[in-house]
Amino acid sequence: MLKVVPFLALIALIVLAAVPFAVSDYGLGLLIGAVTYVTLASAWALFSGHTRYISLATVAFYGTGAYTVAVLNEVLPYWAVLAVAALIGGAMALVVGLATLRLAGVYFVIFTFGLAELVRQLITWYEVNVTGTLGRYIFLDITARGIYWQMLGLAAVTIALTAYIQRSRLGLALKVIGDDEVVAAHSGIHLARTKLVAFAASAVILTLAGAIASPRWVYVEPAIVFNPTVSFLTVIMALLGGANRLWGPALGAVPLFLIFEFLSAHFPDTYSIFLGLLFIGVVFALPDGVLAGLDKLKAKRTQPKERTA
Amino acid sequence: MALTTLILGLVLGGTYALLALGLTLQYGIARIMNLAYGEFTLVAAFCLVALFQGAGIPPLWAMIAVAPAGYAVGWALYAVMMRPLVTRAGNSGRLEVDSILATFGLLFLIQGVLLVVFGANFTSISYLDQGVRVLGVSVAANKLIAFGICAVVGGGLVLALHFTRWGLTLRAVAQTPGSAPLVGIDVNRMARQGFALGTALAAVGGASVAMHQTFSATGGVVFTMKALVIVIMGGVGNIGGALVAGLALGLVETFVATAIDPGLTLAATFAIFLGVLLWRPQGLFGRG
Amino acid sequence: MINTPRLRALKRAVLGTALALGSASILAAADTVTIGYAVARTGANATGAGITTIPNYELWVKDVNAAGGLTLPDGSQRMIEVVEYDNRSSNEDLVRAIERLASQDKVDLILPPWGTGGNLAVAPLFARFGYPQLAVTAVTDKAPDFAKRWDRSFWMLGGGHDYAAGLVDTLKAAHEAGTINNKVAVVSVADGFGIDLIKGARPAFKEAGFDLVYDESYPLGTSDFAAILSEAQGSGADSFVAFSYPPGSFGMVKTAQSMGYNPPVFYIGVGGAFPIFPKIADGKPTGVMAIGGGDADSPAIQDYFARHTEVIGTPPDSWASAITYASLQMLAQAVERVGLDHEALAQEISTGTFDTVIGTVKLEDNQLRDLWWTGQWQDGAFRAVNPADKAGASVPVIPKPEW
Repeated sequence: MLKVVPFLALIALIVLAAVPFAVSDYGLGLLIGAVTYVTLASAWALFSGHTRYISLATVAFYGTGAYTVAVLNEVLPYWAVLAVAALIGGAMALVVGLATLRLAGVYFVIFTFGLAELVRQLITWYEVNVTGTLGRYIFLDITARGIYWQMLGLAAVTIALTAYIQRSRLGLALKVIGDDEVVAAHSGIHLARTKLVAFAASAVILTLAGAIASPRWVYVEPAIVFNPTVSFLTVIMALLGGANRLWGPALGAVPLFLIFEFLSAHFPDTYSIFLGLLFIGVVFALPDGVLAGLDKLKAKRTQPKERTA
Repeated sequence: MALTTLILGLVLGGTYALLALGLTLQYGIARIMNLAYGEFTLVAAFCLVALFQGAGIPPLWAMIAVAPAGYAVGWALYAVMMRPLVTRAGNSGRLEVDSILATFGLLFLIQGVLLVVFGANFTSISYLDQGVRVLGVSVAANKLIAFGICAVVGGGLVLALHFTRWGLTLRAVAQTPGSAPLVGIDVNRMARQGFALGTALAAVGGASVAMHQTFSATGGVVFTMKALVIVIMGGVGNIGGALVAGLALGLVETFVATAIDPGLTLAATFAIFLGVLLWRPQGLFGRG
Repeated sequence: MINTPRLRALKRAVLGTALALGSASILAAADTVTIGYAVARTGANATGAGITTIPNYELWVKDVNAAGGLTLPDGSQRMIEVVEYDNRSSNEDLVRAIERLASQDKVDLILPPWGTGGNLAVAPLFARFGYPQLAVTAVTDKAPDFAKRWDRSFWMLGGGHDYAAGLVDTLKAAHEAGTINNKVAVVSVADGFGIDLIKGARPAFKEAGFDLVYDESYPLGTSDFAAILSEAQGSGADSFVAFSYPPGSFGMVKTAQSMGYNPPVFYIGVGGAFPIFPKIADGKPTGVMAIGGGDADSPAIQDYFARHTEVIGTPPDSWASAITYASLQMLAQAVERVGLDHEALAQEISTGTFDTVIGTVKLEDNQLRDLWWTGQWQDGAFRAVNPADKAGASVPVIPKPEW
């Protein structure tokens, strides 16, 4: 079982990479959107899935990535821009991570939400007063296919990294922290370092995702890239699938993304009413995510079996 | 000039504090992090405008009608939607996550309904917006009213919480929800009351917003954020703290706008907020 | 109008049958013209789109269909069918919706979204799929560059410099006449629009001999303007200028009224031309200047206002609404002349002359340049005052009467 899954995943990856040759531009757009959210949700769960720290800073990193590309795309070659974006994301995560070590529960939630707003306000102020150009353009020769392949690669790396971490000491440490921080500290886990490493890894991926997605937008300003909805959607998707499972975030992201797309196309007037009802429904019907729900169903039918991650 | 800043800042702070009172009750007592808080204030604001323009009911009277309606809505909402989540969560920390998600859904739901019913337009009424001289500084009368309501309601709540048995019970639930049942407190009932009272205050806050500000159906999240910042700064569930934090926030924004740079007002708000979170996560006036 | 492909096929069939039964001579019209757009129904842009863009799209479709549909070069008429998506105020969703309209639904024509950012985000897509893009609600100084970069894009609302220059022009005349002093207090909203305007305004004011005694920006989302206005009031400037967005524009007017701030010139940005403005200003909008404007005495505009009010329920705004409607009239006339071929259509829009609600329109380098820059509320209507030499311009009233 354990050997088959990576093999299957590899085949799926190859198939997914070939799909753009067979679909329309809109199909490709859908793929990009879905893979982007798979990446975001998986990267978010990398830190938050096990520690249960609900971070709403997703868009702070995602937006920073996009903004880095907007600022540097005419100065540096594309790969260098990506590298700089990753560095900035990582550095930001370390500062934020160090600052928030004392925060837990809803305070962490609110802090991360405030962080996204603060970053947006500061960039705006800087642009207005120092550079005098708010609103930047990204004219890069990157096709939608190119974006898709990059994003798909990032998603694959994210899920592989998650699988690796879950089996490593780091993953175990994160699980213990999620269960009880005091116990974790007593059992010799270096709390600060463990949390920081996971948070930074997650943040670097989120930042890269923003950087990769940004050429599709052409025009970028803080109000556009720091759209708080992205943070919320990421959380919902990861939780819907099951944030502490390897494939949970991906399983949550794809159907939700498609549902949003369906609703906005067919019920543009009442889209947000449906969306709201859906959220509430998910919270009530699938509290631990779809995967856990499936497990429960299975457990009801058969004897409890050993769980695979 | 300093006096102008002081008065404008205090009045602004009063309108902020009024917005935050309801949220601090909801989160402090009922343990529900209500992300749809701003949407509740908007519903009240739209109702007020509809009553004013449709039926000619003066906003101050409408406000008195809106508050009990808010209480009823909050009561029902808690019973139908929040209570099952509370029961399911038990003593684990999952209520926080569940309530965030559920109220986030509520946010979309209400926003969608508002857009369908009232449209996307900016809405505003002109009511008591002539200037009133306060120590030589001209202040809009409707903002002064908001400040007054904030002082009366907030002050009244502080007194009630500290000097009545009901207040004592509420505080007990807020501070140690785990042990409150041990002394015979019906936590569920108190939580429902707290949530309903919070919704009523949200309605009052929204009604006062309608009197002094232009708003549209998509702007609720701004109110939620402002209220959240104040609630955290003042200490969750701490009415007095929310009052002081709201006033402080108004003063800071006005000071930054006049003395430093209006472009930094919101950044300053969030910087202070994050600073408080880091320095005293329990809030400036929380215990801990 | 909401459409699923199946529903659409069904409608087409029903319509086709109906027409075929009705008259054999218009069998050619059995087909329809599909027009798609992705506008913000929800999110931050819903308000702007809901005031300027969506009502005009709906009004135009209704008008055209009521007249029997779009006329093609051979004289036949085809009804318009709409495919609409919500872009949720997110550029990512917007880009995908346009891809969908172009490659999935294969609509005949695509109408642009609301806002500068949105129009720029979709411009490469319109170019790639070959659709002409009549970008109305996009104010950008780079319009000439964009028109060159994407040769089927048309930019119809000018740039920040234009509006700033128009305002300075108006104030300069007043200063030279001795009505106002040379001090100006100016605030700008910290986003692309506000920055474009203030960047254009600073040198223009200096050149005209004005002194910017107060010049600050404020963040988008600011709701309290008491502090800013009290600073402006204390600055000794006769002219108060705000390059602002709607909630801010309205907030400043209300605050100025309540604190009795009565500068001889009170100028606000977007929102001043909205039909709701007189109500916001408590029935005292007279003398307030704002961006945009229209020839309120033109019968075509008056008729357009009346129709908009009748069909949509509210009057249009006096800046971009009429231009949006005019852009659609241009589209219809171009289709009538050259048909639905995108290349011919773009060529015709670029070079043709059109008769619209804002008068005769001819684009220059794919841009509409014959625009109103500054308007002022006079006698209950928002009237254009600059360019002062354009036909239909009103004379600005300075100083503004007290609130």
